[in-house]
Amino acid sequence: MYVKLSHGGGAKETRELIDKIFLKHLKNELLTNEDATILSLEGKVAITTDSFTVSPIFFKGGDIGKLSVAGIVNDLSVMGAKPLYMSMGFIIEEGLSFEELEKIVISIKEEASKTDIKLITADTKVVPKGFCDKIYINATGIGRVVKIGISSSNLKEGDVLIVSGPIGNHGAVIMAHRNDFDIDINSDCASLWEAIEPLLNEDIEIHAMRDLTRGGLASVVNEFAKSSKVEILLNEEDIPIEPSVRGFCEILGIEPYSLACEGTFIMAIPKNDVEKAFNILKSHKLTNSAKVVGEVIKEGKEGAYIKTLYGSTRYLEEAPGEMLPRIC
Amino acid sequence: MKTNLNSKEVILKAKNKIIQKIEKLGKPIKVMEFCGGHTHAIMRYGIDKLLKGYIEFIHGPGCPVCVASMDRIDLAIELAKIPNTIFTTYGDLLRVPGSYRKSLLDIRALGCDVRSLYSCLEAFDIALQNPNKNVVFFAIGFETTTPPTSVLLKKAKEHKLKNLFVVSNHVMTLPAIRYILNSGISHIDGIIGPGHVSVITGMKIYEEFDIPIVISGFEAFDILKAINMLLDQRIKGERKVENAYTRAVTEEGNKEAQKLIEETLDIREDFNWRGIGNLPKSALKINDDYEMFDAEKVFDVKLPASKEHPLCICPKVITGVSKPIDCKLFGNICTPENPIGSCMVSSEGACAAYYKYQEVELCM
Repeated sequence: MYVKLSHGGGAKETRELIDKIFLKHLKNELLTNEDATILSLEGKVAITTDSFTVSPIFFKGGDIGKLSVAGIVNDLSVMGAKPLYMSMGFIIEEGLSFEELEKIVISIKEEASKTDIKLITADTKVVPKGFCDKIYINATGIGRVVKIGISSSNLKEGDVLIVSGPIGNHGAVIMAHRNDFDIDINSDCASLWEAIEPLLNEDIEIHAMRDLTRGGLASVVNEFAKSSKVEILLNEEDIPIEPSVRGFCEILGIEPYSLACEGTFIMAIPKNDVEKAFNILKSHKLTNSAKVVGEVIKEGKEGAYIKTLYGSTRYLEEAPGEMLPRIC
Repeated sequence: MKTNLNSKEVILKAKNKIIQKIEKLGKPIKVMEFCGGHTHAIMRYGIDKLLKGYIEFIHGPGCPVCVASMDRIDLAIELAKIPNTIFTTYGDLLRVPGSYRKSLLDIRALGCDVRSLYSCLEAFDIALQNPNKNVVFFAIGFETTTPPTSVLLKKAKEHKLKNLFVVSNHVMTLPAIRYILNSGISHIDGIIGPGHVSVITGMKIYEEFDIPIVISGFEAFDILKAINMLLDQRIKGERKVENAYTRAVTEEGNKEAQKLIEETLDIREDFNWRGIGNLPKSALKINDDYEMFDAEKVFDVKLPASKEHPLCICPKVITGVSKPIDCKLFGNICTPENPIGSCMVSSEGACAAYYKYQEVELCM
């Protein structure tokens, strides 16, 4: 069985698709067949939206379903918000097999259960062959803010930057899939709430926190520098990168600092809180290889720099546009 | 116990040796790294900064995207625009702007089917999967990427493919080195010889040159080792070809690969290099046995009169006469996001390497 245009028609076949695949796995008391879901929310609320178009839809260490949930969970978590609800819109290319679709939906269910985030409204559309690449998912998440003041414009001189784990795995896996390379790397795709929650609960002054998605470490650090008007210096030697990811980057001539991650974050905290933070980071499997990678050296001017292994200092450049492998 | 050859200790030790040798010589020396991969590695590891005042690096013409002349870029764009065509080439080339400031990426956004390949053999699969379309592979590179193009041609012939076409832009290392040395455009004390190219060609081919040459790999320790060996030659007054990349390069090279090239490609009488102009017998074309796959013979495209940006000094950068920072466009108008010249496009180009890895002086 595979998805046909008629499954998007809104009639019997649409209901069949929704019942047989979506509701079968994702049903909960808030996901009804009304036009909108009614919620009661108290206090400060965080909301985020993201569209997921990853190709291939199944990759080592995850799939587009898992990625969508983790992406939403992580965007809320790094803003100090406990993920509560999400919406999802599925744009499906006709011809996608029911089997693949169901696998994705099961992934969504499993990943959501890790954080206890609920899918409370959803939509499906089917588009003709060639109008999208198998499946796109747009998701919106809502969370309750448990810690305020986390912002990329809040970095201060003397802040220490900590990366939660090895960088670049997701980007490397996707590039490898697209180029048909068989490499022994898994995407870091993961929901970070369970690792971030104890940090938010502890008495740590978190100035800024970001998950390292598209553009990788280089983009986030540049954005931190720009938003807070500070100069940040990273130490190349201290940046955690798995040897296989490093090797992959060497072969293709790309920078690991610009590769996307999907389950790794960076945070800026005052020096005094570093020990407290590490006590927590070290105790969780998603963050036990966290490392201090640099610091905010000055306020007043924006700049993102990296001290190379052999002592010279250069700009931490973001990758221009598309990542293209070099020729030889 | 295994030693990490790229560790700080090993590198700093090699650096100190170099400094001692320079002090013995009594003056700094100028070293040309021919290959763009070396330029990139030198800048990335900060080797130029590590050896500032002791070694001046002159960047050579060994970046295949950088030396592709504007008329070749225009040819690529015009071929990609032909209806019913899937145009394929290696990654970096996609960003180079042609005469009308449009790149392959730009025309892809306008609807042309332009794809970046890692291996040229992917073009063979694409041709098989799309029997109703013409697949063009725009082959580019020095001797390193030439044998795979030969394999592609052979495979296409074996399978009697009717919809796969190749443009050969393959250039050769020796004529370029000869040009640099004979023209006297920049003074050089020694050459860091190409690594990947020499895997194919072998190191013997460089024996005609009357200058110290050391073949190097692409790791920081490889490059420092090569410089140390160049300095030893200078101190002893020798001028020979040596190999610091013994784990990959042999005297004779890869005979099998050389044979493949011979069987499929011929030397062109003339070929335009960006920055150098016409360099006779410096590039390869598809030979008569494979002419049915030669896109230059099969397709008749009209090329615009090619024009360079008047302020771009890529030609001088490619030949080592100028440094990227000498260019008025560098870093403000010409950036990796909006490259004017080809040296800013390829990660092996000197301008891109300078831009990316320029040193910052921090006042802390």
